[in-house]
Amino acid sequence: MSSDDALKKLYEIAEQVYDELNRGEIPKMQLAARHKGNIVFDPRTGVWKYGENKITRSAKKLDGGYMILRTLYIMEFIKEMIHTKKSSTLREMYYISEGWNLAKFHSQDESNKLAEDLEIITGFLREDFKLRPEEDGASVIGNITVEEINRKGKPMRINCRDDVGDSGYLIPYNVESDKLKFVDVDADFVIGIETGGMFDRLVENGFDEKSRAILVHIKGQPARSTRRLLKRMNEELGLPVVIFTDGDPWSFRIFASIAYGAIKTAHISEYLATPTAEFVGVTASDIVNYDLPTDKLNDRDIAALQAELKDPRFNTPFWKGEIELMLQIKKKAEQQALAKYGLDYVTDTYLPEKLTEIGVLK
Amino acid sequence: MGIAHEMAKKQREISVAEFFQKNKHILGFDSMTKSLIVSVKEAVDNSLDACEEARILPDIYVEIKNVGKDEYQMIVEDNGPGIIRKNIPLVFGKLLYGSRFHALRQSRGQQGIGISAVVLYGQLSSGKPARVISKIKDEEVAYEVLLTINTKKNEPRIIKEEPVLWDREQGTRIEVTMKARYTKSKQSVYEYLQQTAIVNPHAQITLVEPDGKKTVFRRVTSKLPLPVKEIKPHPHGIELGELVNMARTTKAYRITSFLTSEFSRVSPKIASKICKIAYLYEEMRPQELSLSEARRILDSFAKVKLMAPPTDCLSPIGETLIKKGLKNVLGSLRPGFYAQPITRDPKVYSGNPFIVEVGMVYGGELPKDQPVHILRFANRVPLLYQQGADVITKAISSVDWRRYGLEQRRGQGIPVGPAIILVHVASTRVPFTSEAKEAIADVPEIREEIILALKSIGRQLKMYRVKKEKKKKLSEKFFIVNQLLPEIARKSAEIVEKPVPRLEPVITKIMNVIWIDESIEKKNGKLIIKVRIANFTDEKQSFKLYADYPVGEAEGSDGNIEDDYIHWDITIEPVSYQYHKFMLRDATGYSETTYYVDGINPNKVIGAEPLPGDWNLKLDFVEEIDDENEGESEGDEDIEEVSDYEQ
Repeated sequence: MSSDDALKKLYEIAEQVYDELNRGEIPKMQLAARHKGNIVFDPRTGVWKYGENKITRSAKKLDGGYMILRTLYIMEFIKEMIHTKKSSTLREMYYISEGWNLAKFHSQDESNKLAEDLEIITGFLREDFKLRPEEDGASVIGNITVEEINRKGKPMRINCRDDVGDSGYLIPYNVESDKLKFVDVDADFVIGIETGGMFDRLVENGFDEKSRAILVHIKGQPARSTRRLLKRMNEELGLPVVIFTDGDPWSFRIFASIAYGAIKTAHISEYLATPTAEFVGVTASDIVNYDLPTDKLNDRDIAALQAELKDPRFNTPFWKGEIELMLQIKKKAEQQALAKYGLDYVTDTYLPEKLTEIGVLK
Repeated sequence: MGIAHEMAKKQREISVAEFFQKNKHILGFDSMTKSLIVSVKEAVDNSLDACEEARILPDIYVEIKNVGKDEYQMIVEDNGPGIIRKNIPLVFGKLLYGSRFHALRQSRGQQGIGISAVVLYGQLSSGKPARVISKIKDEEVAYEVLLTINTKKNEPRIIKEEPVLWDREQGTRIEVTMKARYTKSKQSVYEYLQQTAIVNPHAQITLVEPDGKKTVFRRVTSKLPLPVKEIKPHPHGIELGELVNMARTTKAYRITSFLTSEFSRVSPKIASKICKIAYLYEEMRPQELSLSEARRILDSFAKVKLMAPPTDCLSPIGETLIKKGLKNVLGSLRPGFYAQPITRDPKVYSGNPFIVEVGMVYGGELPKDQPVHILRFANRVPLLYQQGADVITKAISSVDWRRYGLEQRRGQGIPVGPAIILVHVASTRVPFTSEAKEAIADVPEIREEIILALKSIGRQLKMYRVKKEKKKKLSEKFFIVNQLLPEIARKSAEIVEKPVPRLEPVITKIMNVIWIDESIEKKNGKLIIKVRIANFTDEKQSFKLYADYPVGEAEGSDGNIEDDYIHWDITIEPVSYQYHKFMLRDATGYSETTYYVDGINPNKVIGAEPLPGDWNLKLDFVEEIDDENEGESEGDEDIEEVSDYEQ
């Protein structure tokens, strides 16, 4: 079982710390640098991963010392969970650390970050450490039937169009095949939608049936399970994935994390990224071509766009053109701005036009 | 009588009351709140000046009573020399009367418009006369005078004058009732007196507010400021009207003797040179000087080389007293850092000597997100109004404080941060922007001096912050080696089920320093100072340690007590602590001891400086040289004018 292997790996870290101390050396941990300067394209998998840059956290500094001590405590905690067959949310771990004296976390950011660090160091996923995120409620509507192992350990079949209410099928935090299997699908493509308002619009307009689409509400920056599910649908079911977001720099990043891999989780880009995913819009060109109602870019937006120009993931003619155009027109638009032309416009005109352009619709 | 004479008479009779009414705002009486503060200021300034002149430690009592709607009575009483009976009406009841009008010296009032204007304001606004009691030391009784000002003739009108018994040895008390408003906020009587106390640490000032609250700003030194000398005007500081006036009233018979006797820095040789340049006979009687001749003299003043005016006529507050004054007034607010105040050398603008002083406190409990608090003083008088127009504010705004660690947008304007900046300008003639004397005019020479003083105080601030930052980093390391690391060792040993490893080698690798610090304990009026030495290196260390304490007498040490320092021969094992101690008697105002080491690489030592090469010669001297070096490395800001001559 991979949890045992993960534990073994953590034990090795503890052993290494002990040995270093015993040899009179300052204990340290090494991990990949997590910034956009250290992600490289892996042609084999088609996603962006961490490069060669490593940073060393040693007990010479406060943060390194804390990291090492906390890792030791987490190790014990995970060991305990494996014994008692429990798992905990990241938030619960944050609260449990109250009893860890000096190793106590001061914010949940700290504990989330350490969980990610440990993934990078050990090469295991946090699920292997029995740690899981809070449910974030991203959902699916469309003609796909899945089989989920429920709390009682029994398989349960759900058709994501007929067996669900208006909010759709809620994506669980674990979407690996031991938990979730695809049984049957009758659709031509998957469309990830950033905002709840637009998701509801497509549902109400019956876009899933009309255009034979599976609608996935990705809820802003998508959780790992959402990204993993998109990837599985793409790879295992052979469905093209398209992403439909607002037209602003932050939404561009949402797309990048789905298609190319997120900087924070580049160590597991292989699991999470869907390299063939396509961006539908809203693009800067859409703002111009469809004459959409807009907001002015603020200083943070502009800074974000300029940072994207230096981000290797956006180093394509398409993205360079779109980012530069947005900087030039100094405007951004929400996906719901399409309502300017009526409620049906997005499903009857905009999406068909754009999807044909991409080649998803013929 | 001719019509011109008639008119002249009328002109003279344009009453002072009318003049006052028209010019109230120039004199500072432009609101009810301000009128009260200005009145207190005039009375207190007079008292302080009188006491200083008579070499008496001032004890001033101020009381403000609410006596009607918008009507207040101001009472100011001092322990000064008193005023002789016949002069009382003149001092309080005649505008522009005063001993100081023609004298040039650093004084608070500088012009005698002061207290009589208060009497006039009281009389015009409340209709009530002023009451004065004054007693001089040698007399049995005091005299009480009730008076108003005859506004037509600018003469005192005595309503009642009688001897009274007064249980004071000497002193003067004035009571004026006026239309006024009392506030407790910023720019209040309280604030004015508080600031007065800062720069007059030799004075004891008591304030009783209308609600009965009594505040005593206590005397922090019994040393009076040095007496200020009167000086004659310097030719470069004189204006045409003054020159003509002086020439009319001089007792000299010849223009040359007039120039040498009435002006400073004019020798007979220079006087005849002036006459030559001005095309005047040296024998000419000064009383006959015409306006155009006077102008020629003024022009020739600019053409001769003159020594700068004497500057020993100025009395700075001094570094120690600025520090004490600030401490006293801050009260319970604890700042983190008192900068060593800066008193610049005297300089001259347009023939007037002046001196600039700057003090600063920083950090601690002072508010962090507000503009720094600026305290402005001219001749020991607080300036509360017109901050924006003041050269002090302009100088502060023009310094880039970001490099010294205060926030400032684009490196100009009033900086933001937990600091109070005090600036004092003393001069025989402070150039105010207006008669109300609320702001110092932007004179380039003065501004330059203030900026230089501010910069050197800024450098102190930076040093303090750098030191603090270093300390913080090291205390982090202390935490790591003392707490975090032992915990990591314990926990990892627990997991791998082996004995806890020895940490000494790791500790030396993380720290690799010798750490010296002190802790202070007070006992029976003595300070017990414990010196802790921690050797965080992997070797045994031997060196000499010197403690240079700032104040007091050392005793009871386990080291060798020398003249004004203590030294120890230290030998300390790797990763171990050692404690030493000494005691100090009479060490009020103790801040911290400076430690020096010798016989060891000083880079390995935290908390002590390398022993200066000429330690045994004189330590203070060495420190001063260090300061200068620091200044030079920052640029040439501190290079002084070498010449005593003006261009």
